[in-house]
Parts: sequence; C-alpha cells; structure tokens
Amino acid sequence: MVLGTPRGADGSPEHALEHASARAGARAPILSVESLSLSLRGTPLVEDVSFTVAPGEMLGLVGESGCGKSVTALSVMGLLPTPPIAVSGGRVLFEGRDLARLPQSEMRRLRGREIGMIFQEPMTSLNPVFTVGSQIAEPIRIHEGLSEKAALARAADLLDRVGLPNPKAQLARYPHQLSGGQRQRVMIAIALACSPKLLIADEPTTALDVTVQAQILALVDGLRRDMGLACLLITHDLGVVAEICDRVCVMYAGRIVEAGTIEAALGAPRHRYTRALVDTIPSSNPPGRPLPSIPGNVPPPGARPAGCAFAERCGAALDRCRSEPPPWESDGARAFACWNPA
Amino acid sequence: MTATDAPLLEVRHLVKHYRDGSGATLRALDDVSLTVRRGEVVGVVGESGCGKTTLGRAIMRLIEPTSGQIHMEGVDFAALSGRALKAARRQVQMIFQDPFGSLNPRHTVGTIVGEPLVVHGVPGVRARVAELLDLVGLPADAAARYPHEFSGGQRQRIAIARALALEPALIIADEPVSALDVSIQSQIINLIVSLRARLGLSMIFISHDLSVVRHVSDRVGVMYFGKLVELAPADALFAAPRHPYTRALLASVPRPVQEVVASKRAGGGLAAPTHGEVPDPTDPPPGCAFHLRCPLAVDRCRETVPPLADVAPGHAVACWRA
Repeated sequence: MVLGTPRGADGSPEHALEHASARAGARAPILSVESLSLSLRGTPLVEDVSFTVAPGEMLGLVGESGCGKSVTALSVMGLLPTPPIAVSGGRVLFEGRDLARLPQSEMRRLRGREIGMIFQEPMTSLNPVFTVGSQIAEPIRIHEGLSEKAALARAADLLDRVGLPNPKAQLARYPHQLSGGQRQRVMIAIALACSPKLLIADEPTTALDVTVQAQILALVDGLRRDMGLACLLITHDLGVVAEICDRVCVMYAGRIVEAGTIEAALGAPRHRYTRALVDTIPSSNPPGRPLPSIPGNVPPPGARPAGCAFAERCGAALDRCRSEPPPWESDGARAFACWNPA
Repeated sequence: MTATDAPLLEVRHLVKHYRDGSGATLRALDDVSLTVRRGEVVGVVGESGCGKTTLGRAIMRLIEPTSGQIHMEGVDFAALSGRALKAARRQVQMIFQDPFGSLNPRHTVGTIVGEPLVVHGVPGVRARVAELLDLVGLPADAAARYPHEFSGGQRQRIAIARALALEPALIIADEPVSALDVSIQSQIINLIVSLRARLGLSMIFISHDLSVVRHVSDRVGVMYFGKLVELAPADALFAAPRHPYTRALLASVPRPVQEVVASKRAGGGLAAPTHGEVPDPTDPPPGCAFHLRCPLAVDRCRETVPPLADVAPGHAVACWRA
C-alpha cells in the first residue's frame, strides 16, 4: 500500500500527503499550518505540526489532554500569551498571509471577521452582564460599521439560522436565562456574525448532553456545507471526529502521529497509537470483556522521551522506536510516523 | 458473576423535591423504584439534570429523600438516623467523578484509604491498606505519598481502594471514568470489571456515557426528568429500546468508529438529531415529560403520566406508545 514515500525525519504529514491532495484536486487551503513548534520557557509544547484546511472542509484535531491540540488552535488565532509561550519554529498562513508578520491591528480585524472561534464552555465565554443581542451585534458593529439597529436585525437572523426559536425575543435575554445548548448556539451565532471563512471549534460539545451535542454537530455540519466554511474541530472524542470530519490529525505528546481521511486514519489506522486509541473505546468492544488498554500515562511536556513519544506505552515498540524519531510515510489516503506500523 | 435473585437493595417510590429561589417545587426524583440484586451491576443513564446523581446520593443518604423507602438487606435505610445510620452506611460506599476533588490533598494515600477503617473501628488498618492498594494495582509505597503525586487514573484507583476498604455490600459509582482520558478510561473500566468478577461486587453505575454503561452493566435504567422511563437487561435495552427517549439517546451517541467508517464508505451522512431540550424542571409539562420532543406523542401523552410497566419479562417502560 505504500506509494511515493517521502522518507526522512524532516518530512511532515502535509508533505507526505501532498501527492494525494494534488491527485484528488483538493481546493486551495485557506489555512496552512507549516511545521509549527511552540514552547513554554524553553520546554517544547508542540513540535513540527503541519496541516491544512480547505473551504467547505472539516478537519479534526484529536488527542488526549496535554497533547497540544488546544494550544495549536489558540496559536492560529494569535491568542497565546507570548511570553511565556513562544513560537519556536514554523508558520501559520491564512489565505497565504503569514499571521506572525501581521500587525496587531490587522490580526484583530482577522479575528471575528475572517476567523470565528467557539469554545467548550458556553457559560464562561459569554459575558453575563450583556444581553445576547448586544453580544452578537458587537462584532457586526465593530467589523462592519453597522448601526445598532441594523446589527440587531442581523443578530436576529443569525439566531434564527442557528436554530434558536423566537429569535427576536432571545435578543433581550441574558446568558443565565439560556440552557447550555442555547448558549452554545449563541456562541456559534457570534462566531458567524461577520461571515468568517474559517471556524475554529475547540471542544464545542464536550460540556453538552448527547442529544444537544448531536443538534450542535448537525448545525455546524450544515453551516460548513451551505456556506463553504472551513472548519477546524478540536476534540478528544474520536466518535465525534469520525461522524462529522472529512479528515483527521491525531496528536500525541505535542506531535501529529497520523493524518488522513477518516476512512483511512480511523478505519484502518497504521500508527500504533491511533490503532490503540480506536481499539480502546468501549463501543468498539463486546460488553463485559476486558478492553484493550494502553498502559501508563501520556508523558508531560519536558519529559517526552527521545525517539517516538508513544514507544514506552506501545505493545509493538522496537529498540529503534526508543532512540530515533520515526519518519513520515504515506499511502495516499493517510500519512503516519511509526517504525513498526499496524 | 451471576446475580442471585434476592434483592440486595430495593428502592421504592423514592422522591426528592427541592424548592428553588421563588418557592417553585423542583422534582429531582419523582417516584423512582429500583432493585439491585447481589452481584449485579445496574447502570443508570440520562442527561444532566435527569436526577441520576440525586438518586445515588439519596440512596447513600447524603441527600435526605423527601419520601420513599430504601431497603438494604431488609433494613429501611431511609428510616435510620444517628448511630444506626452510621453503622448501616458501612454497607454502601461511593466513588465520585472527580479524582482531584474527592481526595484530601493534605492526607497521605494511606490515611485516605484507611480512614473508613478508622471511622468504623476496624483493626489492622496498615495491613488492610497494603492489601487494598495491591488490589487496585497501585505500588505499596503509594501509602506514604500524597494525591498530587498521582495522575487522574491513579487517583481514581485510590478512590476505588477507599470505597472497597469496608467490603461494602453495594458500591455507588457516579461517573467514575468521565473525567479521564480515553486511554486511562479503559484501564479503570477494566479494573472495575475485574474487581467485580473477583469480589462479586454489587454496584449502581451512574453515567451519561451509554457505551461505558453498556460495557459494565447487567441491567440499565434510563432516567428523564426525575423519572425512570425504561429499565431492562443491558442487551435488550441497547438492541431493542422501547421508550422513544431511549431511542433518541442511543441515536445521538456517536456510533462505533468502524460503523461510521462503513457508513461513510457507503455515502452516508449524519443522522438527524432529536429536536428540543429538556423542559424547565420547575415547570413540568402535563403528562409524559418527553411528549414535547417525542415523534410518537398522542393526546393521551399530553394529559396523563404513563406508569413504568412491564412490556416483556424484566423489561419495563413508562410510555403509552411502547
């Protein structure tokens, strides 16, 4: 299955997948993260992370806590506190522009107008002392210079589009008067207020009940299909990624270890970590039987081993895995970095 | 692993009402009846606010039930107080969701695990603590260390050791793996399944995660709006759910990865979600609480509350249309 294999530790999943994308005639990406490395006072948090998102595409960034997925997303938004966190390598291109070189004023214009973001906690991300209407209208007034009245009319349209019943009446309500699912719909309305090209969603449904989660996921899925929105979904939930994303990047200990289509990367994973992660989910197993489990814990930043970071927990590790970082390989549908693939 | 027929725990018509700030009554538990047989794991699932946590805490008497009986090996827990309640509580222990908040950071692991033994005057604390740590897969030197030195999964092992210390007849586990990462979650699920096989534990396993509940439970109860709406053997419930809410819940859960991949290969997309949200608990709708969201609702559902009734042996449903 291994075709056109770019070898060498300097390769990246995007590099390894380049041929595949060109062949599939994929649209030009709106967001390209190229070999991004982030560090906290010299300790690497994220190392050599590369991925792209095209218009209308939903990319999942999945991994366990501490793998660097959220910090990667915050870095794209330019929302990381620098210092103490520093970009130690690579770059983030939005429509071909290097975000690190943009002046703060331009970055502020981009956030909210071109790039929308929704977070896990709809309770704490909304301001409790302002009405829903004024919070949705604010970015419209600032970025598009609309009057308060026109902005509120747009806000009501947005609430209707995200599926809140009786949108005009909702404008006057405060966040505490809404349920968790309603608050997340308001957050999505704010993120969409200026018709962004890219939506970054960081664990958008983790705090919600499953029936509401299904509603929010269907909403986001519909928006990207109807509006051609590029979406970057950050989550720990493999099941959610499989349901809603086109492609996935699996992160472990600060690095992408496998990237590709859902069918390839999750349906028949090659990296041992992805394989173990898919196998360990209760729903992949017959009830009552022991689950295949991954021993040990994720190594924290600063204590990541040389070679493959997963080697010490991997049932198939070779001597080489503990000393040399694995190179990227690609089979066209996915790329992975593993010395002893499944 | 087989459960004997004599019920260990029998909860009858348990009710817990709260009053909110404006004096409106909130029915957190509305006439819940449930039995747990010896050696049986009963799963309780439902979304936030459905009353599943209140149920667990009311059985423990951490919350005072408004009315109802809790018969534990024939003794009515709900009627006990003072010394008799303390003695009876030995028989029921709890494992909580948050392994960071439920362990005292100033106590060593040995003190934490041994505390129930000291409280109940059981001799030989040190030896028993060592035995318990071994049972849950922690090294013996863990006893002298503090909770912050352990990861989330290891802390949950400590909490499990503490719950097992008094050899309780029943363990109530409230979302015991929800705060853990996937790779750690499976370690703790495996520990619970193996302890159950080795010690013949009886358990109420409360979780919002249906796949976890399915994995560990013999029978499963589904709660909605303070009521049990379906109670059935786990296989039957997941294979052929009868209550429309149970069906909505199952349809909302992301499918197993392999199933999604197969459906994507066949050109399938996302399933249509169930509309609406749980109603305001202080202003319950008349009739069945699910009728506002239910695709099958008829007039009767809007008027009269359906009772929990058997539709097959051991399979009870509270639905006029089941």
